[in-house]
Amino acid sequence: MSKFLKFTLVAGLTVSATATAVWPGEYGLGREALPEEIAAWDVKIMPDGRGLPEGSGDVWTGEEVFIQHCAACHGDFAEGVGNWPKLAGGEGTLADKDPLKTVGSYWPYLSTVWDYVNRSMPFGNAQSLSPDEVYAITAYILYSNFLVEDDFTLSHENFTEVEMPNADGFIVDDRAETEYAIWHGEPCMENCKDSVEITMRAAVLDVTPDEEGAETEAAAPAAEAEPVEAAAAETAPEPASAPDPELVAAGEKVFRKCKACHQVGEGAKNRVGPQLNGVMGRAAGAVDGFKYSSALEGMAGDGLVWDEENFAAFMADPRGFMKGTRMAFAGLRSDEDIAAVTAYLSTFGE
Amino acid sequence: MSELFKGKPTSRRAFLRGSVAAAAGAVTAGAAQAGTPEPLITEVQDWATGLGDGVDASPYGLPIEYESDVVRRNVEWLTADTISSINFTPIHALDGTITPQGCAFERHHSGAIDLKKEDYRLMINGLVDRPLVFTYADLERFPRENHVYFCECAANTGMEWAGAQLNGAQFTHGMIHNMEYTGVPLRTLLEEAGLDVAGELQDKWVYVEGADASSNGRSIPMGKALGDCLVAFKANGEALRKEHGYPVRLVVPGWEGNMWVKWIRRIEVTDGPVESREETSKYTDTLADGTSRKWTWVMDAKSVVTSPSPQAPITHGKGPLVITGLAWSGHGAITRVDVSKDGGKTWETARLSKEGEAKALTRFYLDTDWDGEEMLLQSRAMDDTGYIQPTKAQLREVRGENSIYHNNCIQTWWVRPNGEAENVEVS
Repeated sequence: MSKFLKFTLVAGLTVSATATAVWPGEYGLGREALPEEIAAWDVKIMPDGRGLPEGSGDVWTGEEVFIQHCAACHGDFAEGVGNWPKLAGGEGTLADKDPLKTVGSYWPYLSTVWDYVNRSMPFGNAQSLSPDEVYAITAYILYSNFLVEDDFTLSHENFTEVEMPNADGFIVDDRAETEYAIWHGEPCMENCKDSVEITMRAAVLDVTPDEEGAETEAAAPAAEAEPVEAAAAETAPEPASAPDPELVAAGEKVFRKCKACHQVGEGAKNRVGPQLNGVMGRAAGAVDGFKYSSALEGMAGDGLVWDEENFAAFMADPRGFMKGTRMAFAGLRSDEDIAAVTAYLSTFGE
Repeated sequence: MSELFKGKPTSRRAFLRGSVAAAAGAVTAGAAQAGTPEPLITEVQDWATGLGDGVDASPYGLPIEYESDVVRRNVEWLTADTISSINFTPIHALDGTITPQGCAFERHHSGAIDLKKEDYRLMINGLVDRPLVFTYADLERFPRENHVYFCECAANTGMEWAGAQLNGAQFTHGMIHNMEYTGVPLRTLLEEAGLDVAGELQDKWVYVEGADASSNGRSIPMGKALGDCLVAFKANGEALRKEHGYPVRLVVPGWEGNMWVKWIRRIEVTDGPVESREETSKYTDTLADGTSRKWTWVMDAKSVVTSPSPQAPITHGKGPLVITGLAWSGHGAITRVDVSKDGGKTWETARLSKEGEAKALTRFYLDTDWDGEEMLLQSRAMDDTGYIQPTKAQLREVRGENSIYHNNCIQTWWVRPNGEAENVEVS
């Protein structure tokens, strides 16, 4: 804390020294935001296309990029995997009992797609796409919704020409007129109904989480540290080969990049990616119940067994190491991060 | 309903069977009370002889182990993973109005991030006289205020549109918390950057976004931004928790929780709404004819009986019973709560534990003498605009059954003679 205070004191002095009479505010706090800083953070795209950078991308490039970065969750055809969002389909279903809300059937503005893909996707590796890649992905999502032909190229120049089917499907909140005016006044206190019947019971549907199960989960955080150590003891009988605890701790942080798709530790399950308990030293593609890419199965068939060396190569450049992998992750840039995450994973036995 | 809300079947909870057994036991013990002296009183207990923990046994205290069931819980089938997900406040087990941070519901779009105060920057740009960057320390030098506000996710009770679905107040109404926030009015920061260049303010907007990968950007009309919004850094007297946006979050009183941007890093004055993902594809309300309402920001008046309820059955048999619950309104203060024991045929006005505060939770009590017969318990809130909380049938009549968000219907718990309660819908 004292370090922090010293730092801010120095920073504070600098700021007040540069603050002069041109200050609009009453307090003269903060400093002027620099153009480079505004450019770095202000990436929003307005509905009329303001904010779009120059660039373009076609449907076929989009398909490649989409399959590489997005298909693991959203499906090869943007149809969605499991509970992950479906991006295509659902046209004409909004008034049905189970409306399917996708980019094609529901989203009123194309700017929203570009803005969101650019700032927040891929899940777990946001802000890693180039403008051309974002144009290409957006073009592919339009194609998946049958809104453009396969020879379409989207660019900053034709962006606002694309018509979104549900652009006119929204009204501004009208509760003041349609609801507040009705549900008002002196409420009924007696003889408000002739009879009351139970028409539906939650117990019949029975989708409430098991409270005991939930309690086990709740207790899990406290126990979490233990399996790590226990597993480390099992997999590392030689004290000399026990991973450096600091490296393991660093690896745990690096692993956050992987967590969106991979689980590890007690009770780890397959999600978008396979669970990773005991991955180091194990034959590739060996986790039960996980559907691997044919690329990985091919290499597994050739006898790939994960060790520090080939795992590091895979982490450094997933698609270079394994052409056709479904793993949408771009890879780890630093050798230290790779060493750390390897050390971390090595603490989890089968 | 979307596939989001289709459930996986789980076994009927043994929890309820346990409580009912306990209830029977309690009744028996009660009947026997005149006869045998209680060893708890007549025998010297260990804790009355030996010594307890010294100070600092727990430098930051946690609830005693016997309260370990009072925790946030999620509903696994709701979302694809726990990183972009939500859990629920255990409102069935809490009393008063302030939600402890440690059990206040969480909602993340790309996980709760680690952001140090030293690394925190807040930018104000767009249509301002001078774009500014503030550090955390800068924020602490502006005059600050304290206010208690509820934060309710727009999807709270969203799983109940098509019918009674989740069996517990935590799951039906637990996407809410209520804290005392310390922070700087958003107005102060906007004025510090200067709004002269923005010209006419009525048609201007403020776009806010977070520092996490989702950034969760939302557009707020200038009137609200200059009204009661708060750039907050403390809750219930201490630093915000990581899961609630440490070190700084936006507080948008009375409006849907999604707008309360966590880890807020940028505030931009714009000439229109950005129409971000969170304000178009999500948090909009589809009506029966397929058109959808947007900009449905205010959370209307709502209430729920928190006890007795499915997770908080009556365990003491007939006689004195405290029926209690929470009421709130995004439009203002709660003025009155009525409770019905017969599914809405007759109503009694409950006692508010204190006068309702604007845009904050209000606790109500109905101190009653239970005859041991079954009850269909409901509560109905009214706020200072004269609005009366509607029934689910009334809401469906206007909105249809395809909505997800902004369900503020009257909730019914069916309390059986054995004290068990269940989430039901009534005619």
